[in-house]
Amino acid sequence: MPHIKVPEGVPGIRSLVMFRPETGKPLYELAQILLRGKSSLSEAERELIAAYVSARNNCMFCMSSHAAASRCLYGDEMDVVDDVLNDMQHSKASDKMKALLNIAGKVQILGKEVKPEDVAAARATGATDKEIHDAVLIAATFSMFNRYVDGLASFTPTDPAVYEEMGKRMTEKGYVLPPPAK
Amino acid sequence: MPHIELNNDLPGIRGLMAFSPDTAEPLGVFTEIILRSNIGLTPVERELIGTYVSYLNDCFYCHNSHAEIACYYLGGDKELVDQVRKNPETANISNKLKALLRIAGQAQKGGKYVTAEAVAKAKQEGATDKDIHDTVLITAAFCMFNRYVDGLGAITPSDLSTYPLRAKQVAEKGYGNHIFKSPQPTAAK
Repeated sequence: MPHIKVPEGVPGIRSLVMFRPETGKPLYELAQILLRGKSSLSEAERELIAAYVSARNNCMFCMSSHAAASRCLYGDEMDVVDDVLNDMQHSKASDKMKALLNIAGKVQILGKEVKPEDVAAARATGATDKEIHDAVLIAATFSMFNRYVDGLASFTPTDPAVYEEMGKRMTEKGYVLPPPAK
Repeated sequence: MPHIELNNDLPGIRGLMAFSPDTAEPLGVFTEIILRSNIGLTPVERELIGTYVSYLNDCFYCHNSHAEIACYYLGGDKELVDQVRKNPETANISNKLKALLRIAGQAQKGGKYVTAEAVAKAKQEGATDKDIHDTVLITAAFCMFNRYVDGLGAITPSDLSTYPLRAKQVAEKGYGNHIFKSPQPTAAK
């Protein structure tokens, strides 16, 4: 049960931004820019970074929903999502994605864990400064979202079909603020 | 030295915001609400939570920046700020803020570390649902800011005398894009 009175039966962050739309608005805008804005990383890749960090933070809601969105965006190549979540280093993700996911994993632990050699390794695979910036900011942002969602014990559905539906909606509509709770 | 070429020499998150103005926009708006809102928690209490979390995350830039902003609001009471970041349990603050800082310390470790007991205790001390919400969100936000700043190796001034200047600027004008778009504050000659 959630720690505070948020709308009942509404899952995850959705219930929290309905509780407090003032902060929800810029948070959804940030998610939209980071995950759907102009970038040389595909939307599928950025959703995968989000799912990977959420898995490391043990946030079931964020991991399941962003993994579902990533699978939907990868289409025929969706296998890579579960491959990365099972064992990133031995997955079939590209070398560049592995290097960026490695940086994201370090950020998940703490900012200072990112070392010059991690960044050099990413650059050697062709990652640009903007891509490295975005990987760090996505990882940092999900270190926030994961704490927000679980720190208030928001409702976490357990049925995979619910997340599949959610992933489709996130792919089609992006991040749109729900109407505030009455 | 920053891990990426920022094309500017601004300190801390300012340099990152200037590098990425698209994401800076919602971040600035968001920060203004969570740290300057007067509903429920006061701006001082909000800054103290941010300072404490940044201290736990060992982020030198954020922790000293927000300590100075809290100090400014407190009329220069650095002693109180020091008490809070080192051990909120023995600090000269309300029981309600102590209870909220306990929640912040739990959420800093991870969302699932927040206990129903800690939440019940905060409510018992008079915290509203909104106070608890804002405490968790401020904590979560600093877990982002601290990682963003240190994860990209943002420029961190080691000269502590520069921090009160930026603190005064934020206390007077708030958060938002002006912190990287307008000239950086310097000591009066």
